[in-house]
Amino acid sequence: MDHLSHPEYAIFTSGLSKRFGSRNAVDGIDLRVPRGSIFGFLGPNGSGKTTTIRMLLGLANISAGQVSLLGHSVPEQIEGVLPKVGALVEGPAAYPYLSGRDNLMRLDASDRSADPKSRDTRVDVALARVGLTQAQDKKVNAYSLGMKQRLGIANALLQPRELLILDEPTNGLDPQGTREVRNLVRQLASEGITIFISSHLLAEIEQICTHLAIMSQGKIVAQGTVEELSATEIFSLSLVTSDGALAIATLKALGIEATQDGKIISAAIPSDLMKPEELSKLLVEAGVGIQAFTLSAPTLEERFVQLTGEGFQVA
Amino acid sequence: MTGSLTFSEISILFRRRRTWAMLATISLIPIALATAVDLSSSTIPPGEGPPFLDRVSQNGFFVSFTAMIVATPLFLPLTMSVVAGDTIAGEASIGILRYLLIAPVNRGRLLLVKFAGALAFALAATFTLLISGLIIGAILFPVGSVTLLSGDAISLPAAIFRLLIVAVYVTISLLGLSAVGLFISTLTVIPVGAMAATVVISTVMQILDNLPQVAVIHPYLLSHYWLGFSDLLRNPMSLGSFGSNVIVQLCYIAIFGALSYGRFTTKDILS
Repeated sequence: MDHLSHPEYAIFTSGLSKRFGSRNAVDGIDLRVPRGSIFGFLGPNGSGKTTTIRMLLGLANISAGQVSLLGHSVPEQIEGVLPKVGALVEGPAAYPYLSGRDNLMRLDASDRSADPKSRDTRVDVALARVGLTQAQDKKVNAYSLGMKQRLGIANALLQPRELLILDEPTNGLDPQGTREVRNLVRQLASEGITIFISSHLLAEIEQICTHLAIMSQGKIVAQGTVEELSATEIFSLSLVTSDGALAIATLKALGIEATQDGKIISAAIPSDLMKPEELSKLLVEAGVGIQAFTLSAPTLEERFVQLTGEGFQVA
Repeated sequence: MTGSLTFSEISILFRRRRTWAMLATISLIPIALATAVDLSSSTIPPGEGPPFLDRVSQNGFFVSFTAMIVATPLFLPLTMSVVAGDTIAGEASIGILRYLLIAPVNRGRLLLVKFAGALAFALAATFTLLISGLIIGAILFPVGSVTLLSGDAISLPAAIFRLLIVAVYVTISLLGLSAVGLFISTLTVIPVGAMAATVVISTVMQILDNLPQVAVIHPYLLSHYWLGFSDLLRNPMSLGSFGSNVIVQLCYIAIFGALSYGRFTTKDILS
């Protein structure tokens, strides 16, 4: 066993795996979540995100590999570190017959490190932070999904935390609520809290994350800062012309395979091949009449789909 | 602090309508029993109906005692199974279990707290039965010094003291079953399944206890001493069954407590 802790990372895993029977739900992942980052953990449904989170929090046993959470090894030192970690795992949960406030009181009473004297105040603050002060005395079975989600986030904020793990935090929220969560995450991050946020919707978290990992079928297929992941070697060319055959031949002479769809010619161009203006000049010199010429980097979303595959099949 | 969580556990248990519905039903057992005796004009011949039923009309004290005998085989184990079967599976089924564990609550500690909750319910159930019986007995029937099974008479306060020991006896009887229910509750996320399985175990134990062919295992059955509390109404008080019952219940608590611990501390919490 490697007992190195990795205090510079909020979450550090090596070869982390989870087997269910013969299937690897999580297959040897190496997560590197730097302290202070807003880390987006992306992947389609069933890619192993929640299972990973369960292992990080000591809820599920680790089949292979190691986890270091805020420099503590998991599961051996999990109880010492969990008070510094707030989490929302696979949706919120609450006692339906208790009020929102009493639910938080109950969960806070469960944490031995939580000071009972400040419990009332801390619960008040957490409720206010997610906008549930008005609804705190309503029974949770009268809450909407969005209110339950807010309650779940309030629970994650009961104590001063160093790390927040938020699994699909905007699930069930309306656009207004989604924006509030995003603002809350930004605000918490500005207080120095590391935020690990999982989602299957890139668009929801793209704008707030500093780092991303993309998971597909139990493996991490890409990880790094948002800039690193946006940098690309391949541009896509889209050319509108009535001299289709000539354009394809010209591109072919440059070693580029192009496809034609009516007047639109598409091709993938390696970024180090030549500058856009040089390419357009070459085409014009070859006698191709250009009506429109676009050379674009793929969006992060296109990269996401490239890496994880499209469609509704879930592993 | 464990105190905080135990307090929270017990307060949640007694804020559930289900708990109050069960306690209310338990309190109706002696009331129904006493009312039936009061309304029937014919005197009950000794030996018919539940033991001591014939004494109820002579002394209201016996309402509680007879109600204990009536409720011990079926109704008390049934309500106990509901509470014990719900302990872990109930938390798992609504998903709150994962939030308790990451709060964090040590898993062994959570089992202890849950067992403490079950103990609190067992106490509440038997004492509800006892108090309800004493009240309705005093209302409907004459109450005075009590003639024991051995023929001696003792004063009412002394008799009530013995009744308290009976209630403790019945509470202890329910604890082995609680441990069994706690264990089954760690195996599933469907509380109703755990409750039903616990009831089944309590029933099977009692059936086996009535089969002379398996007499050899009778002393080891969870329910073998459940009705042994009649010995407490003798003079001098015979504590033989009390001791045997305590030992049997402690064995079940130890075995099923260990099984619960072994299972729950290594389990993947996926609900």
